Amino acid sequence: MSIIRTDKLVFEYTRKDEENNVTETVRAIDGVDLDIEKGDFIAILGRNGSGKSTLAKHINALLYPTGGTIWVGGMDTKDDAKLWDIRQTAGMIFQNPDNQMVASVIEEDVGFGPENMGVPTEEIWKRVAHSLEAVGMTAYAKKSPNHLSGGQKQRIGIAGVLAMRPQCIVMDEPTAMLDPIGRREVIKTVHELNKTEHITVILITHYMEEAVDADHVFVMEHGQVKLQGTPREVFSRVDELKALNMSVPQVTELAYELKKSGVDIPDGILKIEELTEALCHLN
Amino acid sequence: MLKDMTLGQYYPVDSMVHRLDPRTKLAGTLLYIISLFITNNVVGYAIAFLFLCLCIGLSHVPPKYILKGLKPVLVLMFISVFFNLFFIKGEPVLFSWKFITITQPGLRQAILMAVRLVFLISGSALMTYTTTPTALTDGMEKGLGFLKVFKVPVHEIAMMMSIALRFIPILAEEADKIQKAQMARGAVFDEGNLIQRAKALVPLLVPLFISAFRRATDLAMAMEARCYHGGDGRTKMHPLKYGRNDMLVYTAFLAYLALVFISRKISIGI
Repeated sequence: MSIIRTDKLVFEYTRKDEENNVTETVRAIDGVDLDIEKGDFIAILGRNGSGKSTLAKHINALLYPTGGTIWVGGMDTKDDAKLWDIRQTAGMIFQNPDNQMVASVIEEDVGFGPENMGVPTEEIWKRVAHSLEAVGMTAYAKKSPNHLSGGQKQRIGIAGVLAMRPQCIVMDEPTAMLDPIGRREVIKTVHELNKTEHITVILITHYMEEAVDADHVFVMEHGQVKLQGTPREVFSRVDELKALNMSVPQVTELAYELKKSGVDIPDGILKIEELTEALCHLN
Repeated sequence: MLKDMTLGQYYPVDSMVHRLDPRTKLAGTLLYIISLFITNNVVGYAIAFLFLCLCIGLSHVPPKYILKGLKPVLVLMFISVFFNLFFIKGEPVLFSWKFITITQPGLRQAILMAVRLVFLISGSALMTYTTTPTALTDGMEKGLGFLKVFKVPVHEIAMMMSIALRFIPILAEEADKIQKAQMARGAVFDEGNLIQRAKALVPLLVPLFISAFRRATDLAMAMEARCYHGGDGRTKMHPLKYGRNDMLVYTAFLAYLALVFISRKISIGI
């Protein structure tokens, strides 16, 4: 069953000069068709300005399409009556971990979503405890978020969304402001949630390495989906990715160059171990 | 510089004061402030001091931490002392040189005013140290809920305040960062007269404001994404309920207030 589906999705916005005259119309999303299955781990890749963040905001009904339709859990986001149901179905994590924390105590921040939804008090506490456990932050429940690392803050953000019992989590470059350790921490947490809680994850990123373990990868450019498929399929098309000014994971690039210069190894190598394996089996 | 500011920040320990209903603490703080304006002699101030010590002791907040919180208001205290000291006329004159005269009532008033300010700020700071901003918000929202009848947006005001408190340390850190970046490019913040210093703050404040607005947009979006839609239909993680301790504290405050009233009648000549 598909959890998110878009049909010829278009989003346009206008730039205005100082006198409020429209100077240009920008098409941030240009006819995107997506069909995302429940329980999948999806990665959306793209450079800055490729429309990937705009797409994310459509899933949470923070933006509405100019053309086409998007359904989240079967609900059309243009249906105002369903707004809160849609936002509860698809939770959202943003880039800056500080700017999405409302409360000064971690457990209260995690409880913010359920409070807004009108969940009874006892149930909120259960959800908060469960969510904090799921992201491995139970020990910090009563602490202030100011003393956490970026990765930990982002995990609290994930717990906050989790407490709303979403079917899907949309993450808009959640690791862009984190150090490598924090980045690994967050990605690992999301993968665990995807496996244990069967939550659909849509990870928007420009780090290729983070997309390697996804079930399905979309590559966006100029508001359109240019490439899609499993990570292996997508990353074996090194030339096409480069034409889109995108890099591929280092190992993949090395394997690709080796293959081009005549070494006999398979296509679409994504991990260091795979390359080692392939090289050891040469002779 | 701004990062060590402790004023208004929650101090996370567990104590009887921390567990009180926020409405009790709000009302208590208000009563305490009123009491400070009722007292007019040393006995009253001594009572106020002892009561404050009792509260601080019960709260498990280190006194050092509270003293540290007084730092940002030193300027205010200095100004008040200055005006009281030099501009109150009366007899007897203690010191006189050219146009400067210090009188005994002036000196007395200056000292009492400074003490009053210290008590007032410590007392209200104790409330914010022992109450999470969310609890404070809840307390205000419920305690002042009756104002809704007059179309006062109580929930919105309370939410704004709690968010402001949440972002104080973040913006303070940011101000520090911007200041260092400007200093690295040759800006001078700690030289020159008052006007020059104020002018030097402009390149600090402009980027700070821009960043604050950007954060506000981000936060608004994040709140909406988490289904925030005002106070209607919201449930609470900590629903407010008065307990036995709250009643005890209310009684203690009333007793304290009565003592302060009685102290007005006592005069020991100072």
